[in-house]
Amino acid sequence: MSKRTPEGPPPPPTVQRVRIQYTKRGRLRFTSHRDIARAFERALRRAQVPMAYSAGFSPHPKISWVGAAPTGVASEAEYVEIGLAEHRDLDALARALDESLPDGIDIVEAVDAPVGTSLPDRIVASRWGIRLPGLEPSVVEAAVAAFLNAETIPVERLMKTGMRTLDARSAVVSMRAETGSCAILHLVVRHVTPAVRPDDVLSGLRTVADLVPPVPPEATRYAQGPLTETGEVGDPLAPDRSPTGAAGLTRQDADRDEAAIGTPI
Amino acid sequence: MAGESVFPLLESLLPLISKPIQYVGGELNSQVKDWDSAKVRWALMYPDAYEVGLPNQGVMILYEVLNEQPGVLAERTYSVWPDLAAKMRENGVPAFTVDGHRPVKDFDVLGISFSTELGYTNMLEHLDLAGIPIHAADRDDSHPLVIAGGHAAFNPEPIAAFIDAAVLGDGEQAVLEITEVLKQTKGQSRAERLHALAKAGGVYVPAFYDVDYLPDGRIQRVAPNRSDVPFRVHKRTTMDLDAWPYPKQPLVPLAETVHERMSVEIFRGCTRGCRFCQAGMITRPVRERSITGIGEMVEAGLKASGYEEVGLLSLSSADHSEIGDIAKGLADRYEGTQTSLSLPSTRVDAFNIDLAQELQRNGRRSGLTFAPEGGSERLRKVINKMVSKDDLVKTVTTAYGAGWRQVKLYFMCGLPTETDEDVLEIADMAREVIRVGRQVTGTRDVRCTVSIGGFVPKPHTPFQWASQLDAETTDHRLKLLRDAINSDKSTAKAIGFRYHDGKPGIVEGLLSRGDRRIGNVIEQVWRDGGIFDGWSEHFSYDRWMKAAEKQGIDVDWYTTRQREENEVLPWDHLDSGLDKEWLWADWQEALDEQELDDCRWIPCFDCGVCPQMGTEIQVGPTGVKLLPLSIV
Repeated sequence: MSKRTPEGPPPPPTVQRVRIQYTKRGRLRFTSHRDIARAFERALRRAQVPMAYSAGFSPHPKISWVGAAPTGVASEAEYVEIGLAEHRDLDALARALDESLPDGIDIVEAVDAPVGTSLPDRIVASRWGIRLPGLEPSVVEAAVAAFLNAETIPVERLMKTGMRTLDARSAVVSMRAETGSCAILHLVVRHVTPAVRPDDVLSGLRTVADLVPPVPPEATRYAQGPLTETGEVGDPLAPDRSPTGAAGLTRQDADRDEAAIGTPI
Repeated sequence: MAGESVFPLLESLLPLISKPIQYVGGELNSQVKDWDSAKVRWALMYPDAYEVGLPNQGVMILYEVLNEQPGVLAERTYSVWPDLAAKMRENGVPAFTVDGHRPVKDFDVLGISFSTELGYTNMLEHLDLAGIPIHAADRDDSHPLVIAGGHAAFNPEPIAAFIDAAVLGDGEQAVLEITEVLKQTKGQSRAERLHALAKAGGVYVPAFYDVDYLPDGRIQRVAPNRSDVPFRVHKRTTMDLDAWPYPKQPLVPLAETVHERMSVEIFRGCTRGCRFCQAGMITRPVRERSITGIGEMVEAGLKASGYEEVGLLSLSSADHSEIGDIAKGLADRYEGTQTSLSLPSTRVDAFNIDLAQELQRNGRRSGLTFAPEGGSERLRKVINKMVSKDDLVKTVTTAYGAGWRQVKLYFMCGLPTETDEDVLEIADMAREVIRVGRQVTGTRDVRCTVSIGGFVPKPHTPFQWASQLDAETTDHRLKLLRDAINSDKSTAKAIGFRYHDGKPGIVEGLLSRGDRRIGNVIEQVWRDGGIFDGWSEHFSYDRWMKAAEKQGIDVDWYTTRQREENEVLPWDHLDSGLDKEWLWADWQEALDEQELDDCRWIPCFDCGVCPQMGTEIQVGPTGVKLLPLSIV
């Protein structure tokens, strides 16, 4: 039996790896991760980014996804790493890609990935904000207290393998309620398997305090990265930036961070 | 306020349902025009789920053609799944467009494109969700005109009570002419506007025609009930495809859809003359897009979409007079760019493997699909699919030799005059394909998939008089075939078998060749909860049969009954260009197992289309080649 090999020369090698922070805002929060991946691949082609491809019968562009916010959840801090077959200027690349992507998937920053470093290794926790319209601040505060006082909070979630029970409490590093015109929960959650999502935390609040939002809450991921000693979520791209802080820095729309909570674009 | 977005209402429902992205809109190259400055506003519907409807070329083309016009606005709307429909009813959210999320009810026209009759219940569901009365007779001047198009509109009689009008044939020019009439009749009553459309020609308004029946249930006659509308309504034909290079800016969705590629229609119409094929009969004559026109559309479309696959569409794509140069030219142009080409509909005899090699040069090697349609040589003569077993085996041998390992074969079950033996020959053919594949490749690692579905006789074809095979016999033949494939252990594992059972075909047959009396059945099925009939998990044969019984409809009379030459058919007053006499003669030749060649290569055989429609075949070759794209 002869082993088949693809005809023609192998694809050109990867000469530059780029780490990208992007957002998922407004109506685009309803995209699934697969939707984002397809939109990204097409935007890369429209922007004529010289992608490196895998070898084989079914070549794929070199794109590595790092985590992904669930469908229906917005994010200011999603990450992806791409491999290029030709060198490109980071600012120009980020601009071209941002223009090519749908509004709502916006490029925040692009940096070169130093050889031998791993982005997924740096991403261990997320900071979330969950808007809870229609709930009394005092009710939310009481629920937060009850949540934090519990040792474990088993909740159920429907997964591909069927109904599973997971602990919504242990992965939560911190939780506080902001009580303005609309109550907002601020959470830092460690990435565990299976992941504890904003929905699971809300299930946990229902379990411990009977907290039932009258309208669907709106969750946004504000950051993901390393967990600092004080329990904050750090910037995962910080080690990649050059000491001058100039090269490769395209921190666009950074001012939108907190302002963008649940506001449709 | 008319035209106001319902998105704020919808948004709070989206977290509660599956695949919310399909309702959000915002596709690349979509647009939302200003409501107030538009004089005529179209809502274009594909009556199936977004994932099926979005890639539909018909809707995409009309959307762009209409939106290019100043003062005209077009938005799209698709069927919503039951989970969202329930929440919309609960919360008072009406059916909306995905572009501006405007209520469908606020538009001037709701144009619905029916590729298949199985979308009829979805139309009723959408009208109801929109707050538009499902019966045309109950609508007033505030409601949109509901206009049906697409292939199923060549017999709109089963939905005559629900639509205000139907348009037969190509839509590009028709929608512009309708728009013009609607502009001129703005402010007039619904009846006056429909009358103006009917008088202008090419728009069929069922309410202006009466149907009389004979005591035995057959139709006596169909005649206009007013003097100034035509006795027969003619189909529309767009002649110069190069003048209509749409879609120029293909819609690229965020949600996943059934065709993840860009499509370019390389020609329209087909004169191969396969007697079962409604599309081939009603879209005559053949009109080719030029090689340069195709090259320009591919270039502009890829740039605008970022797709990595281009489908060269038509009813039989390898038949384009310059397909070799097109495929080679495009493969040269996009060498090294990971852009692949595909020819979704390809005949065995026209296909050559060099062409296939060009197609997969820059991309991924996909399977090869051939459609012999009939299992035996005799049956292929009946259906006029002029492919011999030797041709097929020769082509497949070359394909395996060139590196392919997987071949798909498409067939139909229940073709006129078919016997068990005809169907069993499919097993022989599949075994032969595997045998030569193993021989040529020197490996046992080759596969062949047999895909088979029930044949449904369609209006405006030589088989419009034929008896449809009942579901039980269809299923019996499919079982015999499966057993025959499995009986030879040396090849059984290498042959895949996919089939559609006979029941959905009976419902499709009822709707295809039905008359106005079928409307009650459709309504009954919808009232009993029937929607998404094209989806096996939603389709219920029993629901259809119960509804037919309740409405006093004999399903066999509409499906398995063979019609006589002199019977008035429900669609006789709708003119596809084909002479009924020619169709009957071709039906008789089919029964005599006589083949008929393609009029592109033999003299005209008088099917009737060209002289009646003032059209003619438009084929190359032009001799022009595609030049490499220079970077300016």
